[in-house]
Amino acid sequence: MNIIDRRPNPKGKSLANRQRFIDRARGEVRDALADALKRRKLGESVGGEKVSIPTRGITEPTLRPARRGGQREYVVPGNRKFVVGDRIERPQSGDGGARGNASPEDGDEQDAFEFVLSKDEFLDLFFEDLELPDLIKTQLKETEATQLTRAGFSMAGVPSALNVVRTMRNSLARRISLHRPTPSEIEALERQVETARAADDEEGAAQGLHDLALAQKRARRVAYIDPVDVRYNRFERVPKPNTQAVMFCLMDVSGSMTEAMKDLAKRFFLLLHVFLTRRYKHVDIVFIRHTSNAQEVDEDTFFHSRETGGTIVSTALEEMMRVVRARYGPDNWNIYAAQASDGDNYTEDSDRCSQLLGSEILPVTQYFAYIEVGAEATLRHGFPSPPTDLWRTYSQIAEQHANFAMRKVADPTQIFPVFHELFAKQREQA
Amino acid sequence: MSSVSTLSGDARLLFEGSEWDFDTLRRVYDAIEEIALGELGLDVYPNQIEVITSEQMLDAYASIGLPLMYRHWSFGKRFAREEVLYRRGLQGLAYEIVINSSPCISYIMEENSMAMQTLVVAHAAFGHNHFFKNNYLFRQWTDATGILDYLTFARDFVARAEEQHGVVEVERVLDAAHALMNHGVHRYARRPKLNLEEERRREEDRRRYFEQNYDDIWRTALIGEPETPEDEQRSEKERAEVRRKLGLPEENILYFLEKQAPRLKPWQRELVRIARHISQYFYPQKQSRMMNEGCATFVHYEIAERLHERGLINDGAFLEIMHSHTSVIFQPDYDDPRYNGLNPYALGFAMMRDVKRICVEPTAEDREWFPEIAGNGDPYGTLRQAWANYRDESFVLQYLSPHLIRQFRLFRVFDDSEADAMVVDAIHDERGYREIRQALARHFDLARHEPDIQIRDVDLAGDRCLVLSHAVHNGVELDETGTHAVLEHLSYLWSYGIRLEEIDAKSDRVIKTHEVPAQKHG
Repeated sequence: MNIIDRRPNPKGKSLANRQRFIDRARGEVRDALADALKRRKLGESVGGEKVSIPTRGITEPTLRPARRGGQREYVVPGNRKFVVGDRIERPQSGDGGARGNASPEDGDEQDAFEFVLSKDEFLDLFFEDLELPDLIKTQLKETEATQLTRAGFSMAGVPSALNVVRTMRNSLARRISLHRPTPSEIEALERQVETARAADDEEGAAQGLHDLALAQKRARRVAYIDPVDVRYNRFERVPKPNTQAVMFCLMDVSGSMTEAMKDLAKRFFLLLHVFLTRRYKHVDIVFIRHTSNAQEVDEDTFFHSRETGGTIVSTALEEMMRVVRARYGPDNWNIYAAQASDGDNYTEDSDRCSQLLGSEILPVTQYFAYIEVGAEATLRHGFPSPPTDLWRTYSQIAEQHANFAMRKVADPTQIFPVFHELFAKQREQA
Repeated sequence: MSSVSTLSGDARLLFEGSEWDFDTLRRVYDAIEEIALGELGLDVYPNQIEVITSEQMLDAYASIGLPLMYRHWSFGKRFAREEVLYRRGLQGLAYEIVINSSPCISYIMEENSMAMQTLVVAHAAFGHNHFFKNNYLFRQWTDATGILDYLTFARDFVARAEEQHGVVEVERVLDAAHALMNHGVHRYARRPKLNLEEERRREEDRRRYFEQNYDDIWRTALIGEPETPEDEQRSEKERAEVRRKLGLPEENILYFLEKQAPRLKPWQRELVRIARHISQYFYPQKQSRMMNEGCATFVHYEIAERLHERGLINDGAFLEIMHSHTSVIFQPDYDDPRYNGLNPYALGFAMMRDVKRICVEPTAEDREWFPEIAGNGDPYGTLRQAWANYRDESFVLQYLSPHLIRQFRLFRVFDDSEADAMVVDAIHDERGYREIRQALARHFDLARHEPDIQIRDVDLAGDRCLVLSHAVHNGVELDETGTHAVLEHLSYLWSYGIRLEEIDAKSDRVIKTHEVPAQKHG
């Protein structure tokens, strides 16, 4: 008998199969995720998600008898009252008494298949095909930011860059080809002289001394390491594309934004936040909220605190530019911004916004996304509501600038599709 | 049992408390072995006990209980489902998994308490092990020494095929083969034993044979439309000849495809063969589940009782074992919400106990029903003989006693879809015993659960459509959606269209025809 402890064996033997299963059900899983997102409460951490997918596509069909029809017999335990000839109502929906006897495997007929995705699987699927557009600044590709990269070897260099292996290899080759006597060969000659002397063999000793002198001379002539052997590692400076990025999240929290709208906006930013932290290690995120004045806040305040007041959108844009000037010079940073608002603005402010965006912000940002929340909710009497002030203003900007995109979101179900449109890979330039 | 044994520190106790370690496990194993071999007269393969974690147990579940398996998404699906059920606490994990191999590998979980490990070792390493080694089905159909090698071969072959032909291609074939797995067993012929060398050589032979015969069949098969009566007669004769050459009719669909599918590449053929072998390997288990579990449960029960009687385990450990024993053999009544068919553990265990009772203290009724074993005083010998020579169906037919029918209060219900209600037509009384016994035996007869399907003909004169027939017994037809999907898989492997006719077994009338056109070959 053998007892073997298999516990230290590698875990996750089924991982490869699991991955294949998820790949196979990818379409269904994605749909299920979008669905799950609707139900997810704001502020819930993004973690493992239970998904339930339709079995279509992942069924394993078998030839089996139909569940109904024909003559069948069942043998069942627990008779308390029946005698021969009693009639029993056929159980509805096949869920009653005599079920299970008909098929040994119990049919396996589920309409939906439920399982749990791990956090990584969830996020991978969730943000598949999404990326920040133009992460490398086109106009700044030849900036001073450089990186040392190995580029072969050179004959000259600083001692710290000495490549010992290369040097010794050259030295060895040279010593062999020039027949430099090795220390052991010289030792052997010395021993030869001594034995000859001890044997009083004058001639032999003289010959030995001659050979020894010759060998020593040769060893002196042919250096152990010669300057021609020495090699240094060579480095080249390679210009490094700029991938430092910062994302500005601008949110209107004024009184005109209903709780539902704020919730929508927050959901959008939450998604953005998770996306950025997951996909980009070095993306800074700046949260700016505004009413009639704007302030930079921390993540927690941004998502969780309440505030109310009037609306002046330009304050947020100004605050953003202030932060840009103070901390994120456009020379070194890729700048992104996402703005959420209900479209309400102090009428006189629209021009200011337009001017700020057009002449200051858009030239230095890679991408500016604007989402208007709750727009459809104002649809009354079957007529589309007129576009909001901000929407009209921004529409003009969108026509002139390729790096500006705008979308409307009316309810949580649209968040994911809109997010997906805004950040889809190979985004078509509007 | 003396009261001393309950005191802690009793020298005879094998262990105390719930913690286990390898030394204790070994001691307990030795004690169990003494009882199992010496007193119950069991005959087992050498044992190998492997300790695993719950996560590894889930892994093992996913690969249908085999220690190694090729990769396929369906195993991932199984894993995902088991994981949800387990994590939600809807389902406990099995305490063990035992593999029909030599040495017989039993997986036990590290979470088990020492009492549970005792139960598990008795159950798996001796109960199941004895059954695997001695039951005629396993002896005839599976080769315990070769299975691990074969699985290694299968896994490596699939991995290599995936490298060469791409995962998608390989999956396509495996999907199709899996769908037909239930129809990939030889039910009657004795299968030659597997071994790896033989496998390779046969693969070689098969290819050569195929190259020689393949063209021949398909060339002579091109028969024109008959014009004169003589032509028709001749063509009918030729068709019969072709059927003979193709080995039709054939109920082992995977076997037929492996040998005769015209356009499968050699590696695809081998994949089909692997699925067929694995299916065949499990075929005995499907036919003897109730007996197998009954045997193992009976063995662990007998052993636990003896260990306790002799003061080798204390009351606490014994009660823990009994607690888990009783929950395993729990049989809810038909109207209980927990009812989900007859519990094979419950019925199996009860039948083994009943056979023992008949051997040792028979009633007049038993003497009438089982004259050959009643009161023979050799319960273990009788059981060993039963374990060796029966499967579920025949075991029930032979050994289900009226006593047990009364104990389970079994009754038979007849359900005719034409009638507006089901009818109780046999209960646990004098007139019903035999009826119930036969019906229950039929319930365990695999051939009655799995549709009776044969490949009947190939339309070689026309579009090479493969013709199958389903013998419809008692008016039970095939499930529509599943059948269509399976036929699509079949058509992929066959490369041409498929027609499945459902033929009433009594009247020979075609009730329904399913047709699937040729699938596009990727």
